Amino acid sequence: MSRNDLTDRIAVAIGNRPKAETIRSATTRIDGQRITSEEFPAMDDLRDATRHIRMEALKNLPELLDEFATNLERRGGAVFFASDAQEANAYVTRLAKAEGVGIVVKGKSMVTEEIDLNEALESEGIEVVETDLGEFIIQLDNDTPSHIIAPIIHKSKEDVGALFASKLGFEYTNVPEELNAAARAHLREKFLSADMGVTGCNLAIADSGTVCLVENEGNGRLTSSAPRIHVVVMGMERIVANFEQASTILSVLARSATGQSLGTYVNLVSGVGPETADGPEQLHVIIVDNGRSSILAGETAEILGCIRCGACLNTCPVFQTIGGHGYGAVYSGPIGSVVTPGLYGIDPWGELAHASTLCGACEDVCPVRLEIPRMLQHVRAQTVEAGTAPFWMRKGIAAYAKAATDQGRWEKAENRARFASAFLFSEDEWISSLPGPGRGWTKIRDFPKPAKQTFRQRWQERSDGT
Amino acid sequence: MKVQLFVTCLIDVLAPQVGEATVSSLEAAGCEVSFAAGQTCCGQPAYNAGFNREAAAMARHTIDVLLETDLPVVIPSGSCTDMIVHHYPELLADDEAYADKAKALASRARELTQFLVDDVEADQEVAAKGTVAYHPSCHGLRNLGISDQPDALLASSDRVDLGAETDVCCGFGGVFSVKRSDVSGELLTRKLDAIEASGAQTVCGGDLGCLMHLEGGARRRGLDVEFSHIAALLEPVVSEVSDE
Repeated sequence: MSRNDLTDRIAVAIGNRPKAETIRSATTRIDGQRITSEEFPAMDDLRDATRHIRMEALKNLPELLDEFATNLERRGGAVFFASDAQEANAYVTRLAKAEGVGIVVKGKSMVTEEIDLNEALESEGIEVVETDLGEFIIQLDNDTPSHIIAPIIHKSKEDVGALFASKLGFEYTNVPEELNAAARAHLREKFLSADMGVTGCNLAIADSGTVCLVENEGNGRLTSSAPRIHVVVMGMERIVANFEQASTILSVLARSATGQSLGTYVNLVSGVGPETADGPEQLHVIIVDNGRSSILAGETAEILGCIRCGACLNTCPVFQTIGGHGYGAVYSGPIGSVVTPGLYGIDPWGELAHASTLCGACEDVCPVRLEIPRMLQHVRAQTVEAGTAPFWMRKGIAAYAKAATDQGRWEKAENRARFASAFLFSEDEWISSLPGPGRGWTKIRDFPKPAKQTFRQRWQERSDGT
Repeated sequence: MKVQLFVTCLIDVLAPQVGEATVSSLEAAGCEVSFAAGQTCCGQPAYNAGFNREAAAMARHTIDVLLETDLPVVIPSGSCTDMIVHHYPELLADDEAYADKAKALASRARELTQFLVDDVEADQEVAAKGTVAYHPSCHGLRNLGISDQPDALLASSDRVDLGAETDVCCGFGGVFSVKRSDVSGELLTRKLDAIEASGAQTVCGGDLGCLMHLEGGARRRGLDVEFSHIAALLEPVVSEVSDE
């Protein structure tokens, strides 16, 4: 991406009115479902506790991951630390080929989107089937998810009906229950014939070596139990010390995400072997770094405390306007505008942090109380240090700062602005067309003309008794 | 009580009458108001755009000017107050000469409605013809917790609200309004739709930036609503005269 691509994507997002309307109505609806502390008074304390748990986990990450790996291996699982996407994908494809896997079913996972696992498997001739309803629709439509928990938030039920009719040969319907039944019938076959199931991981519990997976459709349970090989791909920050901590996080996760008190399915996967006779034969957990270590070492480290509930996306007026696709990255919205430049670099991705009004609605709703505006602000400062701010802004702010640190220069600048506007514009008190960067203002709104006298001049006159 | 006014650069140049209304309101509340002539801009726009070095220079200048006296500083803007109260101490935390001064200034800076309602319990109210809506600017609302204060000042107004849209950002966002005018314009439209639907005849608020963004957009749209800084609408409460 270049920095201009963001402007292009935003134009596309805003220009597609039906899609924009779908996104706005869906996000505001989910945002309204979020459980607030007025509805659930324990929420405030639980958010404090969640923040504490997540920040402690980030502090003790290496120790907790070691503990988790040791306990998981003791229970028959294999653990692989992947430093980047390529290593993670290579491990999974090598395993799939060695085991003669023909079909892989997948539960919803953002980290596999991040590393492009599907493409890696497909390039080896392995069929990959997304089983989360939203992800299934995305795959069928060759689209990309636009939200970390609601991947097809940008699609209407009519869009889905038309897609199923054209791609699956079902008779057109826009009734969600019928669409769901159609997808279910199609997917059952895949579950039964798959040799490998790939899921993400909401929380890895260190002291028991347990993978906790939250979902609503039961596809995660099937994916993690029906095929003979279960592969878990997790970001390395997704760790907690014990089940008590996990339960605290679970108590805020679904409340913040969808307004449920708990996800419909909370799967706890604790190893394979004789003790778990009816589960998969093999369990592999791939712990992915892929840039997280460098985020952890920087000023935005706390962003790794995110539990991926999506509340900040739903409540963000910019996300509500441009949708996830507007951001052009796997992780979108306020959280994505901090994570993405951290993972992929300030230039050009730091530009995402400027696509925010810094209104603070995200921090208000975050169950981890992440200071998202502060981090967006930090990313902005990084873009300035990296020299990617536009020329007009660098020059403009330098001149403005120079004037603002000296009373004489400042008053001269004020006078110049008043004279210029008096000469250049009509007598009207509002300017409808400004030159230069001011065009960004007058493109969509009028600008007030400077007053004939500044406040300080009037104050001086008053003090002089004139 | 003696106070000093930090008028803000926008009000100084674009709306001096709001500065004067602020002075009148403070005087009506029994304050003696002074104005440090060296004041310029708090640096919030530079900070907001990521120019921390320039913002810090402006912060040091403002600190020098406003610490000439030990008077409380009253500011008719939530955004500028937030800058001084929260971001000066952060920006200058490692500046040996200014870290403590930043904290000292932060502790005595107050947004206008906070000062009037919480600090001096001024007997004033918004006097506007017809229906009034209050626009809570994000930094005042979320970073300073300003909400009860305008409510108190609007208690006897014919108030309307924007429902679920009340707390949604209007899309101004400082430099964002120019740099990302595409998104800013969409949020502006959304807010103006809500204002139009509310039937408000006057929209008041505590930040000139948001208000000129909204008014500039309303003019393009031909929307006949008056936009006013809350300071310009404040009048002393006239107590009911009872029959003797």
